[in-house]
Amino acid sequence: MANRIFASPSPHIHGGESTRRIMCDVVLALLPALAVSTYILGLRVLLITAVAVASCVVFEYLINRFFLKRSSTIGDLSAVVTGVLLAFNLPVGIPWWIVVIGALVSIGIGKMTFGGLGCNPFNPALTGRIFLLIAYPVQMTDWTTGVPDALSGSTLLADVKYNTSLLSEVDFLQMFGGHMNGSMGEIGALALILGGLYLLWRKVITWHIPVTILGTMAIFAACVGATKGGALVWELPLFHILAGGALLGAIYMATDYSTSPMTHKGMIIYGVGIGLITMIIRLWGAYPEGMSFAIFIMNAATPLINKYCRPKRLGTK
Amino acid sequence: MRTFPIGGIHPADNKEWSKDKAIEQLELPNEVRIPVVQHIGAPANPIVAKGDKVLTGQLICEAVGFVSANIHSPISGIVTAVDSLPNGQGQRQNMIVIKREGDEWIEGVDLTPKLKRECNLSSSEIIAKIKSAGIVGLGGAQFPTHVKLSIPEGQRAEILIINGVECEPYLTSDYRNMIERGEMLLTGVEILMRAIGVERAVIGVENNKPDAIAHLNTIIARDNYRGIEVMPLKLRYPQGGEKQLIAAVTGREVPPPPALPISVGAVVCNVSSAIAVYEAVQKNKPLVERVVTITGKHLQSTHNYMVRFGTPTSTLLELAGGLPEGDVKILNGGPMMGRSIVDITAPIIKGCSGITVLSGAEAARGKEGACIKCAKCVAACPMGLEPYLISKLARLQKWDMAEEHNTIDCIECGCCSYTCPSNLPLLDYIRIGKQTVMTNIRARAAANNNKK
Repeated sequence: MANRIFASPSPHIHGGESTRRIMCDVVLALLPALAVSTYILGLRVLLITAVAVASCVVFEYLINRFFLKRSSTIGDLSAVVTGVLLAFNLPVGIPWWIVVIGALVSIGIGKMTFGGLGCNPFNPALTGRIFLLIAYPVQMTDWTTGVPDALSGSTLLADVKYNTSLLSEVDFLQMFGGHMNGSMGEIGALALILGGLYLLWRKVITWHIPVTILGTMAIFAACVGATKGGALVWELPLFHILAGGALLGAIYMATDYSTSPMTHKGMIIYGVGIGLITMIIRLWGAYPEGMSFAIFIMNAATPLINKYCRPKRLGTK
Repeated sequence: MRTFPIGGIHPADNKEWSKDKAIEQLELPNEVRIPVVQHIGAPANPIVAKGDKVLTGQLICEAVGFVSANIHSPISGIVTAVDSLPNGQGQRQNMIVIKREGDEWIEGVDLTPKLKRECNLSSSEIIAKIKSAGIVGLGGAQFPTHVKLSIPEGQRAEILIINGVECEPYLTSDYRNMIERGEMLLTGVEILMRAIGVERAVIGVENNKPDAIAHLNTIIARDNYRGIEVMPLKLRYPQGGEKQLIAAVTGREVPPPPALPISVGAVVCNVSSAIAVYEAVQKNKPLVERVVTITGKHLQSTHNYMVRFGTPTSTLLELAGGLPEGDVKILNGGPMMGRSIVDITAPIIKGCSGITVLSGAEAARGKEGACIKCAKCVAACPMGLEPYLISKLARLQKWDMAEEHNTIDCIECGCCSYTCPSNLPLLDYIRIGKQTVMTNIRARAAANNNKK
């Protein structure tokens, strides 16, 4: 048999990493949270997630095929990740057609207009969520539908913010396990942390972004707590880390590759920025939750951070 | 355990294929082709013509200028041509073709295996002998050794670092040299220490070669080699890069180009080069042969051969059972920094530490995707560069920006392309950027000189 002799410049071997594998890992890491959510909120969680994923994939395919006229990129699975993350940012009772609109905004405006994977300045799933939050504020903050034993229609963050319930009455153990109102993907703290550990182990993400975001939020909350009296010193930080989208945002949304800084130093600045903005919105802003906006704002700052935070060049101080 | 400070990767070392194969003397080739360029610097000038009779070890090409190296005939016989012939990459190069008649050496070369340790030569005498023997960096860089050892005025060497890292996957020629020719190596190190006037030498060896470390330590203790230390280093590619090795061993970082290792008091020399230095200085033997590994997962057999320069690559491939079926890639060197060979009749030259054959899926490159800004290349770069950025800048031909982002610091280790999940040919473009930026810098310097 004849040989085919290949030639190319070095290196001639590859580490075996692929975009598809990375995206697969992210989906895998999100599965425990999906399971917890389905267990607590019911099968509709799966339906909404399926609608979100399917629409994201179909929109990306169609845009590639008919607008950009280039070969399909859905095989890299990044549209699947966007779909799951979008679903995780929605309340379970949301009408399915709003989900489809969210997917169109995420993929169509958030991702493909900029050139597709790796080119988008803002996290696509967040783009979709923020659009929906502004366009459909009622449906996007209706936490009752589909929750069998919901006592109120608002999230814990809102309850505590507007003093309809007291921080001292919050059951942290329940928050940890997932019994609280909120978007589909943000209610299972333990499951989200497990997924995050998996991503760290697989080296998909590094600790820098999640730890600095959560750390900044905790320190900020502790300082505010201290000014309000000693009893709140540990409860307020823990509450803010577990409540709302803090974990989902810090571990899965803020770490999105193309919208976060390239160097570890940059990641730390970015994380601190997200933590601070989140806390400022949560404590004094118009919304009870500020994670999405904080990430969005710091996404915009990422090119600037990249410009000033260069890696340390060997042989320089 | 020590290692270099930033970046790096952990490719599978694949040394098990050939590490236990003792060095064998390859049968002398019937015909050799000797390129006049086997070093960094000016091509050597051929001093023989067609029809001349040459002896083994006879000078056939003379170094031109300071940064250049002599070339000697690796066999005895008749010069049949001085012609432009294809090298491994298919580019034509000036080569001297010699047909072998026996193996008759020039006079004065001591070919006995007996170790000759005592050396009373002065520094300049040693360097002159090294220069005359045509020794270059045998780790692959082919930088003339006498240039490295000539310390510029006003600077002082403090430490000699011997590169026994062999971080390139597959290759085992340095390893076999350390195991089988340890005494020659250590004597070579003593001579090099004398040449540059230092009291301390460190042999850096990665900890995947514990037997080499133990073996050298045993000889050092037994035969009382003073001032020489073997330092085990944590396994990590590209530890054998000169600047990486200096940082790993001394903790000092060589400033960015144009600074040289001597600016932090270090001189680095490869294990195989140190043995060549021993042979040149103590035995008057010019550089005409070296240990070459022939290895690959799908070869019928793997070997470490002592090969005379100019031997065709195909000879080694035949002795390894021929090329495996299907897709193959033949490399001069290892898979991270080796160059692909397209013409297997091309000769083995001074910098060739091994022939690696990749086959099947490993031979081809993966499909290129979009950059996802994962920053894995930034984390892997041992020079602290931003490979995704400088690669893109070269692709867009933004040469000034490529220069601003320190493209010329790149050591072409390949860590960026290796880690890229989108299979981007990052280093291909960085190389183009580096060459263009270097050309621009030289042109600017020349223009400035003209003004003066």
